[in-house]
Amino acid sequence: MVDLPVQAGSLEAEARKDAARRNRLLSSPAILIIALFGIVPLLIILVYSFLEAGPYGGVVWHFSTDAYVNFLFQQDIFSGALTFAPAFLLIYLRSVLFALATTVVCLILGFPTAYFMATRPQHQRNWWVLLITIPFWSNLLVRTLAVMFIIRDEGLINDILMRLHLISRPITMLYTNFAIELGLLYAFLPFMVLPLYASLEKLDFRLVEAAYDLYATRWRVLWRVVIPASLPGIVAGCLLVFIPALGAYVTPLILGGGKHMMIGNLIAQQFGSGRNWPLGSSQALILMAAVLIALFAYVRNTTGKPTNG
Amino acid sequence: MDSAIVSREMTEALGVTAEVGGKSVISIRDVSKIFGAGETAVTALDHVAIDIGQNEFFTLLGPSGCGKTTLLRLIAGFDYPTSGELRLFGEDIARLPPYKRPINTVFQNYALFPHMTVGQNVGFGLEMLGRPKAEVAARVDEMLRLVRMESLKNRRTSEISGGQQQRVALARALAPQPKVLLLDEPLSALDYKLRKEMQIELKRLQHETGITFIFVTHDQEEALTMSDRIAVMSGGRVLQIGTAHEIYDKPTERFVANFIGETNFLEGEVAGEVNGALEVRLTSGATLSAGKPEGLTPEGRVTIVIRPEHAQVVADGTASSFAGKISNVVYFGTDTHYYVTLDSGDEFMVRQQNSRRALEFAIGTRVGIRVDEEAARVLRD
Repeated sequence: MVDLPVQAGSLEAEARKDAARRNRLLSSPAILIIALFGIVPLLIILVYSFLEAGPYGGVVWHFSTDAYVNFLFQQDIFSGALTFAPAFLLIYLRSVLFALATTVVCLILGFPTAYFMATRPQHQRNWWVLLITIPFWSNLLVRTLAVMFIIRDEGLINDILMRLHLISRPITMLYTNFAIELGLLYAFLPFMVLPLYASLEKLDFRLVEAAYDLYATRWRVLWRVVIPASLPGIVAGCLLVFIPALGAYVTPLILGGGKHMMIGNLIAQQFGSGRNWPLGSSQALILMAAVLIALFAYVRNTTGKPTNG
Repeated sequence: MDSAIVSREMTEALGVTAEVGGKSVISIRDVSKIFGAGETAVTALDHVAIDIGQNEFFTLLGPSGCGKTTLLRLIAGFDYPTSGELRLFGEDIARLPPYKRPINTVFQNYALFPHMTVGQNVGFGLEMLGRPKAEVAARVDEMLRLVRMESLKNRRTSEISGGQQQRVALARALAPQPKVLLLDEPLSALDYKLRKEMQIELKRLQHETGITFIFVTHDQEEALTMSDRIAVMSGGRVLQIGTAHEIYDKPTERFVANFIGETNFLEGEVAGEVNGALEVRLTSGATLSAGKPEGLTPEGRVTIVIRPEHAQVVADGTASSFAGKISNVVYFGTDTHYYVTLDSGDEFMVRQQNSRRALEFAIGTRVGIRVDEEAARVLRD
């Protein structure tokens, strides 16, 4: 009788320990995968970026910062003098511009689409979501090749325009910046529409009515009520489009024809024909660092300023 | 921008017509609203006609689904009538979008903008009208003072209580000085005590601002205590329009009598007419003088209605309208409810005020019931 409270206490501690053990057990597979295939490769890349390139690929285990120096400078083979060489930097800038353009156009095209979906009757909405996700059912490579067949010189668009005698010679679209941008838009539009839809679906349309009632025109309702209220979805959509678009590989490879490179292609080249693994590693890490810094800057700017209650 | 100009023009134009005294502010003429088409069509409003005057506190009262909220949405401009006219100071506004009508709404769940502060919410309407910043700021302060919320101006709407949100919604709707304020069951989300407080507050605001209020509720007590006039609605139709007194004392329809307060219904036959009142012979054989709805001359079988407090239980044998046996007595402190089974078999309830002089009757006692003069009313059906 006397030691009953002590027993109860130990039972409670036992239960707490059980719960902790169960939680560890539940999360361990995911943690294992993230560690093995996320953190370990990242560490390997980090180590490689500070080594010297092997003559036929691979690395030589010798510490060097050449990979980072070579990102901005070219070393003269004979004198060893460094000259500023912005070739890589320009590809990075090009990629950022491509990704930005993709994000903006996806937002402009995706917002009305998502708004339309969110304002359908409940039973129709799931069908619209299904339609938006249909592209995911087939491989991106296959879809990109399909785009190629539509826009090439003998493709669908030129064929129709020629038959209608609107043009006498085919318009070159394939292997241009336009082709890459088109491919990126096509690949990433669903990633914009879905988070926007999720956000707009939760929008209280009585707020829209309230704004109309308070003398706001349709345009003003959009800017003052709908967009601020769906800001979380806009941010999520932009991140989901911008970040993967920045590192896109397949689209610029196929639709750019190797002439118009983006960061993804550049990195791949270092590990392939460039035979400079440390340079490829450093380029990958620089891209990651840039994205992380941008994200942190965004988070720091928005926390404290509440967006949508 | 164009909305601001249109509204100002309209307000000026309205200002001129408003001087024609006694004219109605809102005139709803033969308005019908049908949702859907074909076999699934639902008639939400069925040839509704209401005129609402300057500075009136007008209530649309009815159970849910009676069409009162649909009518309010038509006035606000969120929906358009299928047929009929909607006039504001004589001008047809039925097809104007909401942002071109000098009418504002207090929504049932307030619909405050969550991404704005209390002050920004209140100033929204004036800002959209393109008023100068200084004017907006001054008006926001004035409005917040009016609803006693000055101290919470910079709070977010999620940080204030339900009652405070209610006040902000009111201030927001009143800030642009609308010609008509629509209130869609604004008190239904509040607890009893707060609701009582806001009822008084609403009356005060209406008095101070001089704006016409159109108030929607399903709460008959709320309607009776607050309104200048009430329209009782059911099934998309307006059954009766009148002051609280008229609606309560002289209901013209069974639905109205039943929906508002407690009532006794008795069947009878018209026996004649004396000085504009009908002589009705009840099933028990007694004859009762009953008032009748205007412009109606009922014949044959009619239903009459008598409010429980318009009759007294008296000792059997004394001069009374009809007699019966007390089946139940419920004591309420200030008054006592007697349930009497009449000789005709009908149940009749009498609400009698308790005073030292009042007689008390026990269950099973045979009693007479005396009906006050002009208390009985013939119904339209």
